[in-house]
Amino acid sequence: MNLHEFQAKELFRRYAVAVPRGRVAATGAEAAEAAAALGGSLWVVKAQVHAGGRGKAGGVKLCRSVEAVREAADALLGTRLVTKQTGPDGLPIHQVYVEVGSPIARELYLSLLLNRDRSRLAFIASAAGGMDIEEVAARTPERILRVEIHPAAGLAGYQCRLLAFGLGLTGAQVAQFEAIARGIYRLYIDNDATLVEVNPLIVTKDGAVLALDAKINIDANAVFRQPVIAKYRDPSQEDPMEREASEHDLNYVSLDGDIACMVNGAGLAMATMDLIKLHGGQPANFLDVGGGATPERVAAAFKLILSNPRVRAILVNIFGGIVRCDIIAEGVIAAVKTAGVAVPVIVRLEGTNADVARQQLAHSGLAITPASDLTDAATKAVRLAAGREGQAA
Amino acid sequence: MSILLSKRSRVICQGFTGKQGTFHSEQCIAYGTRVVGGVTPGRAGQTHLGLPVFNTAHKAVEKTGADVSMIYVPAAGAADAILEAADAGIKLVVCITEGIPVNDMIAVKEALKEYGARLVGPNCPGVITPGEAKVGIMPGFIHQPGRVGIVSRSGTLTYEAVFQTTRLGLGQSTCIGIGGDPVRGMNFVDVLALFESDPKTDGVIMVGEIGGSDEEAAAEFIRRHLTKPVVAYIAGVTAPPGKRMGHAGAVIAGGKGTAADKYAALERAGVRTVHSPAELGSAMAEALAGRAAGRARPAHARTAARTVPPAKPAPQRTASRPPAPKAATAKVTGAASRKAGRSGKRR
Repeated sequence: MNLHEFQAKELFRRYAVAVPRGRVAATGAEAAEAAAALGGSLWVVKAQVHAGGRGKAGGVKLCRSVEAVREAADALLGTRLVTKQTGPDGLPIHQVYVEVGSPIARELYLSLLLNRDRSRLAFIASAAGGMDIEEVAARTPERILRVEIHPAAGLAGYQCRLLAFGLGLTGAQVAQFEAIARGIYRLYIDNDATLVEVNPLIVTKDGAVLALDAKINIDANAVFRQPVIAKYRDPSQEDPMEREASEHDLNYVSLDGDIACMVNGAGLAMATMDLIKLHGGQPANFLDVGGGATPERVAAAFKLILSNPRVRAILVNIFGGIVRCDIIAEGVIAAVKTAGVAVPVIVRLEGTNADVARQQLAHSGLAITPASDLTDAATKAVRLAAGREGQAA
Repeated sequence: MSILLSKRSRVICQGFTGKQGTFHSEQCIAYGTRVVGGVTPGRAGQTHLGLPVFNTAHKAVEKTGADVSMIYVPAAGAADAILEAADAGIKLVVCITEGIPVNDMIAVKEALKEYGARLVGPNCPGVITPGEAKVGIMPGFIHQPGRVGIVSRSGTLTYEAVFQTTRLGLGQSTCIGIGGDPVRGMNFVDVLALFESDPKTDGVIMVGEIGGSDEEAAAEFIRRHLTKPVVAYIAGVTAPPGKRMGHAGAVIAGGKGTAADKYAALERAGVRTVHSPAELGSAMAEALAGRAAGRARPAHARTAARTVPPAKPAPQRTASRPPAPKAATAKVTGAASRKAGRSGKRR
C-alpha cells in the first residue's frame, strides 16, 4: 500500500523527522491560503499522486507569490499527471502539497528497506541525492553506504554515525541526521512499512538537515493492525480493475496485451502469462483466483476480465488440487452463459476430476475450446486471439 | 530415506480445530500421515478427528512425542505459532498460512536461530514424501514415490512438476514448497543440500520466480556442491517491474529480481533451464536418462568412492570447480560404482 507525500510527511513529523513546513490543499483557494499561512516568499506546489518522477513530469511548481501558488494549484488539480512510473493514462491529481521553499546546499539520499538476502532491515544512504538511486548504485557503487540492522539490537548509534560521517555531515548535522534515522526506523517498525525513502534528504544553506521528499510503502499484509494507516488509502490512485479485483479477494495486475488469463495460484498465473508470450501472444493481465477457487470467484473473475475492452481471448488454466475441476467447469460454464462472452474461451483443466470437467465443457453447447495441456492451451489462445480461427460466439 | 518427512514423522497441527486445520488434517490423515494431535488454545481435553487437542504446543509435544507441526493459524497469530512450535521442541515447522506481516517474519527468522527447528514456509503448500506422509495442502493423489526431488516457491507450479514426473514414471522423493514470501524459513540452498545427500533423490526440479536473489544463490550453490542434475524454471518473465504478482515476495524491485537475471545465473552454473513449465518433467527425464547412459559428471565417481571405501580414488573436488563438462566424460565405472554406493547406503 502506497502513501501520498503529504501523508508520509505527516508521519515524519509525528516521529520527529525534520521536514519543511507545508500544508495539503484540494483547491486553488486552499493552496493560496496555505501559502499565506506558511509565510515566506518562495513556495513549492507538488501534485499528490502515487508515483515518482513528478518533477520531470511537471507536477512540481516553484512559486514566488501567493497568486502564483493559486494558479499552479488550479492548473494541476483535476488533471492527470503522467510520469515515467504511471503509464500513459497517468494518475488523477486531487490534492496538492504546498511547502515553503528550502535553500538547498546539498542533496543526499536515505532509505530504509528489507534486505531480502539477509532477512534484515538495512539503511541505504548516498551523497548522490536527488538522482535515481538505482543508477547511482549501478554506475558508482562506491557512493552507496549501507548498514544492516540487527532485529534485537535495533538501530545503533554507531550505525547512524557511520552513515552521517560517510555522507560528509559535520557538527550539529550529525545529531540531526541521527534523529532523522532513528525516527524513520521507529516509524518503519511501528507502522509496518516495507519502504521509507527520502530522496532528496537535504542540507540547507543554513546547515539544517531536512527530508525534502518522502515516500512510504506499507506492508499490505499488516494493514489489518494499522487502523490509522488504513485511513490513508486513496483508491483514486489505484488501477480501477485492480481495485475491483481486491474487493473480490482476487489477485489481479493489469498488463497491456490482449489475452486475458484466469489461473489458480500465483506461480501458475505468472507461468501462464509467460507461456502466452513464449508462443507469440501478449497477456492482458495476471489473475490468481486463489488455490481454493470457487464457482463464485470464477464468475467474479470472468466479469472482471470482460470489463477490459482489449481482451480478444480468455485462457482459463486451472490445476485442480484440493479444488475439484468439475466445480470450476461449472463456474466457467455459468459465467460464460450469464456474461455472454463474445471472445474465444480456452480452458485447460488438470488434476482432480479433470475428466468429468472436460465432459461438462464439451457438452455445454458453448464455444469453449478445450486444451489438453499447458502448451496446447497457450498456442490455441494465441491463435484464437489473432483471429485466425473463427470460434468466437 | 527421504528428506525432512517420513512415515515415522509424528505430526501435530496448530490451528487444529479451525476450518482449514480440520479439513487439511483430515486429508493428511487419509494420505497416511501419522497425525498425533493438535493445538488450539483453550480447547485442551477435547477430541478432534479422534485425536487429542492441547492448549499449547509444549503439552502436545510432551504427550505425543510430536516432531513435526503444520500451522494453519490465521496470519495475525501465525508468527507466534511458529515460535511456539520451535520452543516446544518441534524439529520441522511447516507454516501454510499466507499473509503474515513481513516484520513479524524478520523477528521469527532471527529467533529461530536459537532452536534446532527447521521452518518451511510460510505461504507454502507444505512438504510431502510420496507414499509416506504429507504435511500441507497439496493433492496427495498426483504424487508417486520416486526419484525426483522438487523444490518450489509456488504451490500450483509444484503440482505441475509433480504431475509431469508422475506421468513420466519418475515419481518424487520429497516435494517442498518453500513459499512465496520475501522472508521465509528454508531456502533453495538448504533444500538442495538435503537432496544432494539423500540417496533416494537422483535429480532435482527447482521452480523459482521473480523477486529477491535466492535463485542466484542457489545457482552458485549448485555450481559448487551439486552432483545431481538440476532442472530449473523461473516464473515471471513477463511480470512488470514494481508490481507484486500474487505472492508477497514476487516483485521486481529496484531493477533486481528479474527472471532474466535468474535464468542467466542458473545457466552460468550449468543448470538445465526450461522456459516453459510444461517441459519440467521431460527435461528431468532426459537429464536422468543421460546419466544412466553414463554421461555422469566426474564428481559422481567421488560420491561413490566416499560410500564404497574399496573403490578407486576419486578426483578431488575444490570450491573453484568449474561448471561440469557435461557430455565429455563418459564414465561407466562412475555410474556402476555409484549404484553400489547407493545400495550400500540403503542397507
